[in-house]
Amino acid sequence: MTPDLQEALAEAKAAHDERERAAASGGREASFGRLLKIGEPDFAHGIALYVDDITVSFDGFKALNALTLQIAVGELRCIIGPNGAGKTTMMDVITGKTRPDAGTVHFGSSIDLLRLRENEIAQVGIGRKFQKPTVYEELTVFENLELALKADRRVRASLFSRLDGEQLDRMAATLQQIHLKDEAQRTAGLLSHGQKQWLEIGMLLMQDPKLLLLDEPVAGMTDEETERTAELFLSLEGQHSLVVVEHDMKFVDQLTQGRKKVTVLHEGSVLAEGLLSDVQNNEKVVEVYLGR
Amino acid sequence: MSAVMNSPVPLGPRIGLLGPRAWGGVLAIVVTVAVLVPLLNLAVPADSALHLSDYYVSLFGKIMCYAICALAMDLIWGYTGILSLGHGLFFALGGYGMGMYLMRQIGRDGNYKSDLPDFMVFLDWKALPWHWSLSDSFLGQLFLVLAVPGLLAFVFGFFAFRSRIKGVYFSIITQAMTYAAMLLFFRNETGFGGNNGFTDFKRILGIPIATAGMRVTLFVITGLMLVGFYLMARAIVRSKYGRVLQAIRDAESRVMFTGYDPIAYKLSIWTLSAVMCAVAGALYVPQVGIINPSEMSPAAGIEIAIWTAVGGRASLIGPIVGAFFVNGAKSWFTQVFPEFWLYFLGALFIAVTLFLPQGIVGLFRARREKRS
Repeated sequence: MTPDLQEALAEAKAAHDERERAAASGGREASFGRLLKIGEPDFAHGIALYVDDITVSFDGFKALNALTLQIAVGELRCIIGPNGAGKTTMMDVITGKTRPDAGTVHFGSSIDLLRLRENEIAQVGIGRKFQKPTVYEELTVFENLELALKADRRVRASLFSRLDGEQLDRMAATLQQIHLKDEAQRTAGLLSHGQKQWLEIGMLLMQDPKLLLLDEPVAGMTDEETERTAELFLSLEGQHSLVVVEHDMKFVDQLTQGRKKVTVLHEGSVLAEGLLSDVQNNEKVVEVYLGR
Repeated sequence: MSAVMNSPVPLGPRIGLLGPRAWGGVLAIVVTVAVLVPLLNLAVPADSALHLSDYYVSLFGKIMCYAICALAMDLIWGYTGILSLGHGLFFALGGYGMGMYLMRQIGRDGNYKSDLPDFMVFLDWKALPWHWSLSDSFLGQLFLVLAVPGLLAFVFGFFAFRSRIKGVYFSIITQAMTYAAMLLFFRNETGFGGNNGFTDFKRILGIPIATAGMRVTLFVITGLMLVGFYLMARAIVRSKYGRVLQAIRDAESRVMFTGYDPIAYKLSIWTLSAVMCAVAGALYVPQVGIINPSEMSPAAGIEIAIWTAVGGRASLIGPIVGAFFVNGAKSWFTQVFPEFWLYFLGALFIAVTLFLPQGIVGLFRARREKRS
């Protein structure tokens, strides 16, 4: 083939690919004036997570009752509520562990989370910390982080994977950030409860998620550790969206700094939303927390 | 190693496959298996004190097959945390695959002087059934030895793992599958020789099978396969893939929420483990000269798990040690106190569970850690 013919072919192929891509996104980029990439959330509206009208019932008991919630990009949102309010169930729905009976959950405006499995949801950029710290007990701290490191998750890639310098630097930085640098070669099962919590947070950071869901992240931590965790989360604000479920009001106060919104859940739906001080003085909220 | 530990940026386990001493050990074992044993058995005269008797050659050959099974079990149980009681089935399928070829190699030397295997003549069959169509070809049967257990494991595993069947439920289902297969193989009309199975083999690749030379050859092949599988398992366990397997064992939900698809990981190691067992079965049958459905009995599958547990799970040398220890004890016990073997086996299993949760290897590991 002559060079000019090759060039013409390449051009034709590029045009064809462009059309394919436009078709794959339903042609929507024509009206919105931007291209959607498959598997990439679309945050153009400034909202990272839309939870819309979600209902989950277990044997007739409604764990979530038409719950509607939106989390903005870069927002740090605290969610509080008495036991059984549906906080953990909400996280289960977002991360794909529980399928709702009704409603929709979208990540950005383009990704329907209810169509994805747990691992796929993690891959599009949602990380989750469990209530009980869940780390790989028999592996070292370093290996725990290595497995969480953002990389190709497929079998063949893992068989031949090697860490490069940049990845090692990132891991070292995270180890520093979660104060586990000296424990890197220790077996994770030997860490204290608070350290395990941190390790799990570190694993989330290695995943580099766009949205972090943190279920009682400071349970079992000392006051000092709690304070450091608050600092860490505040430093993440802006780059990541964070949803923190917590009982510890002091911690919530530290996180919200008297200016951020707090959501109160009760019996599976939103009871109140607003500044922590306002919410704490809200009659309905007081009633729910103290009982009638 | 210590340099890695002390480096400011921890580099993790990024040293070679084995340390220099371990490579020396592997080399010593290869020399023992491939040179020393053949020499001591074939070249040293039978009345010499150094002579290794045929009995021990075939005993060790057999145990090395078991050791491959234990290694396979360790990958799926010790590292991935999935207890299979169905590995007896994969072992037997491999054995039957090889057995079919060996039956056809008998040719017209059987009792009935027919082209067909004796049991088919006995059943008054006129032609080979369809699933024997590759049995004339050694390579064809070798392919089946790998493909049939591999495919069965893949299909079974796909549905079991996709349905998120775990723990004891998975163990019970694998056991039920093995039991069902045993009942199937016991029937004459399935074409596997019924409860007698296959025996009376005469030759392999045209070479008489019951000679000293063939016995040693099979021994050497088995030994080299065992070493090869060990090195392969070592490479797997030390890769990131191997660490994902251990992560699945420790906290599968975390693995999932980190973005890994546990099904792909479990399915691949489960299928590999099944194929390893099948290879062990195919090596076992020409050495012991018989295969019948009792290899699929529930007890056989449980025994593989016992070797692994006794030797030490989640270490690769452990299951091999366990297979040698338990089967060595078995061959001694069944000669000296034949009635008490099963009691001893039970007691051993209880003792290991209670006092040595990490098996025999764990005992040495604990001592070494104490010293350092």
